[in-house]
Amino acid sequence: MTVEDWLRSALDDAERRELPALRPLLEALARSTSALREADQDSSHCHRAAPHE
Amino acid sequence: MTIADLAPRIARGEVSPVELVRACVARIEARRDLNAFITVLDTTALATAREAEVEIAAGRYLGPLHGIPVSIKDLVHVAGVPTTSGSAVPALHPTADAPIVRRLREAGAIIIGKTNLHEFAFGTTSDETAFGAVHHPLDHERSPGGSSGGAAVALVEGMCLASIGTDTGGSIRIPSAACGTVGLKPTHGELPLDGIVPLSPTCDHVGPMALTVEDARLVFQALKGLKGTMGPTGTTGTTPGLPRRITFGVPSGYLLERLDSDVRDTLGRVRAELAREGHSVIDVEIDGSRATPDTYLHIVLPEAAWYHAATLDSHPFGYSPGVRLRLQLGGYVLAEDYVRAMQRRERLTSAVDQALGACDALLLPSLAIPAPVIGAQSVEIDGRTEPLRAAMLRLTQLFNLTGHPAIALPAGVNRSGLPISMQLVTARHQTDQLLAIAGAVEARLQIMTGPGSVGGGTG
Repeated sequence: MTVEDWLRSALDDAERRELPALRPLLEALARSTSALREADQDSSHCHRAAPHE
Repeated sequence: MTIADLAPRIARGEVSPVELVRACVARIEARRDLNAFITVLDTTALATAREAEVEIAAGRYLGPLHGIPVSIKDLVHVAGVPTTSGSAVPALHPTADAPIVRRLREAGAIIIGKTNLHEFAFGTTSDETAFGAVHHPLDHERSPGGSSGGAAVALVEGMCLASIGTDTGGSIRIPSAACGTVGLKPTHGELPLDGIVPLSPTCDHVGPMALTVEDARLVFQALKGLKGTMGPTGTTGTTPGLPRRITFGVPSGYLLERLDSDVRDTLGRVRAELAREGHSVIDVEIDGSRATPDTYLHIVLPEAAWYHAATLDSHPFGYSPGVRLRLQLGGYVLAEDYVRAMQRRERLTSAVDQALGACDALLLPSLAIPAPVIGAQSVEIDGRTEPLRAAMLRLTQLFNLTGHPAIALPAGVNRSGLPISMQLVTARHQTDQLLAIAGAVEARLQIMTGPGSVGGGTG
């Protein structure tokens, strides 16, 4: 799931649960998740073996 | 007065544990405005002190903690006393002591009470608590840090001679730094966490907070279940293997990029002083450390959400709004991102190991800013505004991820008189070595802060 899809789904869920205060936190978490995934991708080029290995 | 000063006098019958407990209780009563304690165990503490006095008089002295009043963060189970975790959600009612409390009692320590904290240890300012914000002893408008805020205030105000705190992102070291005391986070897993309400089980630590490194060492020995010993003068003894010339590594890059100017100046002075004393101070790189906060977030949030899931459903409004939101947020972290963060954590651990391969200890501040104003949400550092919580966690949370032992040491005050603190970090499972190095730094720099230096405690 992309971060964009995840955020859209999370915001919908927060709205359904009547938790509007979660919106800015979810948006901040999305930025953090993007950063984590980018860091993961940067290092995986060097370190990660293919899944079947 | 420190434990190392008092213990020989207690052993000789010159100082009465009963009088010691009375003095601590008097300090608690005198500074109720600071909200340091949630539960004061004055009656049982006095009864235990009377027993200690009898035992010591009969020649059954247990060691340096015998008759010493110690406070316990109200996240840790003490048999027969509610564990509130600083929250309005229903308290737990333990029937048994946490193992670390049992060990303290076996060493003769007297449990004086349970200290206030940031609710469920999920914050760095100790102002989100159902028992009233904890206030800094030097400035009522400021926070003592957190989450073990009450523990630090109790210690520095002479309400006890040592405190037990917990540390998931810096919750022992941050309030120790803000209040000018010593705070030790041992190696992860070195002390048992049973009987302690978790925040993030893979990042949680428990440890001592004390006025000096020697006192922290004495309490740490008891927490490990070892019989405490003191040097002949009551000062930190030398440890076999401690090099005469210590190599300190100052991390370059991310960790020290943004520091309050007084904190930065103090680091420079400490660095120069250590070099002047003949030690070596080098720059070291911690590869990938910029990923620390993102890694930390994706581990702590879901682990905290896991523990609180049922209570969030049954008592959502028992939580402070900010803590409730952070716990709810944790439920949204995807499993794949948690796994990514755990993998990133392994790389960070290797990077810290590698940095420590070039030095005996890392040297960096414990807290990038002085004690913040209560209620502040952001802070300006070097002309740039950032969230307060992120700024307070920046220098400590890495070592919760990696499990390396770390200690906060008083290192003077800023131009407003607020404490500044340095942090030392050593290799995993080398906590005794860390304490020895910290003792050397404390002695060399003469930066030891005694009781009463902040707030006039009598303990």
